[in-house]
Amino acid sequence: MIPSSFDYSAPSTIEEALDLLEELGDEAKILAGGHSLIPMMKLRFAEPEHLIDLNNIPGLAYANFENGHLRIGAMTRETELEDSEEVGHSFPIFRDAAKLIADPQVRNFGTIGGNLAHGDAANDHPAVMIALNAEVEITGKEGKRNVSIDEFFYGFYATAVEENEILTEIRVPVMKGKVGNAYHKTERKVGDYATGGVAVQLVLDDSGTCSYAGIGLTNVNPTPMRAARSEEALVGTKVDDEAIAKAAQYASEDCNPSADLRGDEDYKRRIIGVLTKRMIHKALERANA
Amino acid sequence: MKINGEEFTAEVEPRTLLVHFIRENLHMTGTHIGCDSSSCGACTILIDGKSAKSCTILAVQANGKEITTVEGLATAEGMHPLQEGFKENHGLHCGFCTPGMMLRAVELLEKNPNPTEEEIRWGISGNLCRCTGYNNIVKAIQYAGAKMRGEETPSTEPQFVE
Amino acid sequence: MGHSMKRKEDARFVHGKGKYTDDVQLPGMLYMDIVRSPYAYAKIKSIDASEALAIPGVLAVVTGKDLEQYNLHWMPTLMSDTQMVLPTDTVMYQAQEVAAIIATEKYIARDAREKVRVDYEVMKAVVDPYKALDEDAPVLRTDKEGKTDNHIWHWEVGQKEETEKIFNEAEVVVKEQMHIPRIHVASIETCGCVADYNKVENHLTMYMTTQAPHAIRTVIALVAGHVGITEEKVRVISPDIGGGFGGKVPVYPGYVIAIAASFLIGKPVKWIEDRSENLQADSFARDYHITAEMAGTKDGKILATRMKVLADHGYTDAAANPSKFPTGMFSIGTGSYDYPNAFMEADAVYTNKPPGGVAYRCSFRVTEAVHAIERITDRFALEIEKDPAQLRFDNFIKKDQFPYPSPTGWEYDSGDYEAGLKLAMKAVEYDKLREEQAEKRKKGELMGIGLSTFTEIVGAGPSKDFDILGIKMFDSAEIRVHPTGKAIARFGTKSQGQGHETTYAQIIAEELGIPAMDIQVEEGDTDTAPYGLGTYASRSTPTAGAAAAVAARKLRDKARKIAAYLLEVSEDDLEWEPGKFFVKGAPEKSKTIQEIVFASYTNHPQGMEAGFEATHYYDPPNLTFPSGAYICVVDIDKETFEIKVRRFVAIDDAGHIINPMVAQGQVHGGLTQGLAPAMYEELIYDDDGNILNGTFMDYLVPTAVESPNWETGHTVTPSPHHPIGAKGIGESPTVGAPPAIANAIVDALKPYGVTHMDIPITPYKIFKKLKDMGVLDKDIAEG
Repeated sequence: MIPSSFDYSAPSTIEEALDLLEELGDEAKILAGGHSLIPMMKLRFAEPEHLIDLNNIPGLAYANFENGHLRIGAMTRETELEDSEEVGHSFPIFRDAAKLIADPQVRNFGTIGGNLAHGDAANDHPAVMIALNAEVEITGKEGKRNVSIDEFFYGFYATAVEENEILTEIRVPVMKGKVGNAYHKTERKVGDYATGGVAVQLVLDDSGTCSYAGIGLTNVNPTPMRAARSEEALVGTKVDDEAIAKAAQYASEDCNPSADLRGDEDYKRRIIGVLTKRMIHKALERANA
Repeated sequence: MKINGEEFTAEVEPRTLLVHFIRENLHMTGTHIGCDSSSCGACTILIDGKSAKSCTILAVQANGKEITTVEGLATAEGMHPLQEGFKENHGLHCGFCTPGMMLRAVELLEKNPNPTEEEIRWGISGNLCRCTGYNNIVKAIQYAGAKMRGEETPSTEPQFVE
Repeated sequence: MGHSMKRKEDARFVHGKGKYTDDVQLPGMLYMDIVRSPYAYAKIKSIDASEALAIPGVLAVVTGKDLEQYNLHWMPTLMSDTQMVLPTDTVMYQAQEVAAIIATEKYIARDAREKVRVDYEVMKAVVDPYKALDEDAPVLRTDKEGKTDNHIWHWEVGQKEETEKIFNEAEVVVKEQMHIPRIHVASIETCGCVADYNKVENHLTMYMTTQAPHAIRTVIALVAGHVGITEEKVRVISPDIGGGFGGKVPVYPGYVIAIAASFLIGKPVKWIEDRSENLQADSFARDYHITAEMAGTKDGKILATRMKVLADHGYTDAAANPSKFPTGMFSIGTGSYDYPNAFMEADAVYTNKPPGGVAYRCSFRVTEAVHAIERITDRFALEIEKDPAQLRFDNFIKKDQFPYPSPTGWEYDSGDYEAGLKLAMKAVEYDKLREEQAEKRKKGELMGIGLSTFTEIVGAGPSKDFDILGIKMFDSAEIRVHPTGKAIARFGTKSQGQGHETTYAQIIAEELGIPAMDIQVEEGDTDTAPYGLGTYASRSTPTAGAAAAVAARKLRDKARKIAAYLLEVSEDDLEWEPGKFFVKGAPEKSKTIQEIVFASYTNHPQGMEAGFEATHYYDPPNLTFPSGAYICVVDIDKETFEIKVRRFVAIDDAGHIINPMVAQGQVHGGLTQGLAPAMYEELIYDDDGNILNGTFMDYLVPTAVESPNWETGHTVTPSPHHPIGAKGIGESPTVGAPPAIANAIVDALKPYGVTHMDIPITPYKIFKKLKDMGVLDKDIAEG
């Protein structure tokens, strides 16, 4: 398994990378962690003529809290997020997700930006970012623009990042109140893509009433999906069993899974229902902890 | 790049995979290839101390980096504790997955010097072994961990239910 | 013997100095890549290689038509069928070899693969083996003159009429239809070779990943003798092997094409398959559809069993079985139980799938047989509501019944099945588990306990019945002790990780008193090693291990003569203790084995042959019959149906154990390879014969997370006919584990009324089963 030939550039600034993108157009592909792209190239499912490697651009890997947001640089590795105590404290959801993404070696290279920019509904961060109501910063020659996560995923493997742009940062709002979040997916074996995955974030006010609910679903829709009806079923409630059951039911009804080796539609809907229930419970537990 | 402490410079096609570069240009054949999909971990090496699957990394990406392969594990003083752990605990049968398994474990123990069995199992979940059933690999890593912590190493005798 | 000596071979492996086939680099070496069929069944209308040949560095594109000129386009299989090396007109399975590219670099060869244009006329593939037998099914093997259907052979054994009579009259009859899925050995090292033909000397050196180098040499000579590559001109070298498990027994087309290419071009040609090629085209294992039946009494006495098999062989029968056994040792499927009548039959069919029928760490179809008998035994227990452990105790062949003649014609050498099961039950605390299960069932929780008490059959085999392509299945050892008392021993077998360099040395050390560290073991080079049939089917210890003991005993006899001469006493006055002969009653008068060996070169008795060497070709009088008692405990999530193997206790009996550490390692590995088909692995094809999971992304080899902590132990019932009482261990766990796991899962699902599930049992399959039964969210709490 060997990729076909290509040219390679390793720019040292974002500006250089954008110039190259401008010049090469759709002949070029961005190389971030490479653990989705290079396997595709080895199989010759992807045959870009030019690779623009972002790994030599300093300052794209960070995760810090600023102005009420967790700012994650696009080139931050899964492992870096997984290992960060500070991030783990407010967002244990990233540890939940990271543990289930591929394997440790792949997480050493795979980037958060790449995981999103690939636009793959089977990846785990899209659902997580949906639950967290994240915002994505996209940089082009004309400057930076911010896109809400709900407008980021366009279609099958398509995102709001244009051919001449680069995803540079993900901003996750740190919500006020009692916040809890959690992620889980079922997989056929460790490291597999999700049979179904559910990300949940809940915010409770002092009375225990849910003021925010974010629920994202993995691999049960052509694009990463927000379970909007389920969120609505929780907001304004005390997140009691009845509300949870409703949210779970809606998630399983509203997703659009397709049958594959991981299971048929019915099974995946069941998994989504079960996981929605369990992740709400877990988020609730964390919010109240 | 620096491999096992030695500087190497070479011109390669951009598409050259790091594992091919190491095996064929540098003739270090301890790093193996077992799959096409970065699933098996036989090609695991360390890049700047981080375990990496060299079948999914381009040689050009390793430009300027420090690489450790199995050939660089032992020192003049002798075997690395993981090499000793694998050997003493029957942590290998055919030996094909072993180099990748050990290099993965180097980083695992560096980040978590005293891992639980569960943590070891998850920690090596990117490395497939078809021979050992993993029991003794876990044992080998525990042994190496104890040795690296300066503690007494656990018994290497096989345990049987009676 | 019996000492957990650390392995001698490990030093090179932990330093990355193992030498595997892909590590072989020869000057001027060329690289081969293979164009494969995207279709399962198609006519080849044309192959246009012009674009590929135009790429600088591409030297040749070899097709079936090219090989046809040398009559090398077909080759025989081990089962006397025929297999294409490269097709001249039709492809018979997806991923079949269509053409081979020879280039100066592998990157170039890979590029050229994309540029070979093949025009196919696609035909409707025959995928379902039952449909392959339909009257209107297309006849696949049109190359065989007069062939009018897809049936390959029929086989049967046992007491047909008596068994039928018992079934007609029995109080209880249970029956289940089972599929033992098509799986792949997936050793982490794929297959490959470097064919190095030297034109000047008309000599071929073949480095290859083979478990049976000598047999391969003979096969090469049979296939290519007519073009001048005769057996004395062939040297097969099997370097270190990265796992075999049976998948490295067959001769794959790639090897033959590489030889042909090296022969024609005169340079070494390397071919290393990638993982997809390995999974998609190399020999599969299993794929038996079995109807299993058991007849018995209401109080739990087994009276008879009946099994009917449909074997899907793909487009040719390329199984790796002894010639006279088309179903291998399937007839061991009467199990560990005492009853006089059984009947088994099997039919094999051609389909548009890859050929195979190799072991996957199993002695010739034993896994299929054991799965059938152990599942149907549990089914019987379920039917009569008897504890499956008690049912087994009530039906075991008793210790004093050995040697035991089985209804299908085997003579079990020895066993103590009760002892094994008792130990397993004690270790797992069986009664407590059953109590816990009862409590859990009250609450509607799913917990299962599964047993498997199997009898294996290994060590093929006695020359009366066992051969491969006519060559008897003996194996060999040659021991040369050097003047300084150090030795080299060579064998006809070939380790793929089993630790032969250590365990063979231990056998010789035990017999001869030379320290195991002083004995160098060498295998895999046909120029130096004595002829043998290789390592697979747990045969190395039963055959070559025995040969080592017998050869060492020949040397000990010689040592006695020399010692008598040196000590000036009669041979009868000498006594042996490991390492020396001494004079009876005068232990201070002695000669060490090293002194004796030195004398054999420097001061041997006149008239005696000088030197200290012996060879033995061991023809086993019988097979050996290892056994095991396994207990598996599972917990199943009632909502997602995820399955957790909570505990697994394996008690094996492989007779005398040479190295407990190595034997235990074999058991651990075999158990994970038993877990794999039980819960994860299966090669899946769609209706058009397309493989749906031909990479490690979807062919789910268990990791350390899926694999539980195995708890193992053993009982020791020596084989009465083996020189050191050993039986063979490598494959027992792979054979015994799947039914224990399946039985545990089915036991967990008992409250739903589930009586059987086909492996691999996955959460999704459980969901589907319960849904189809209409019991998906049935309230099963008994409380």
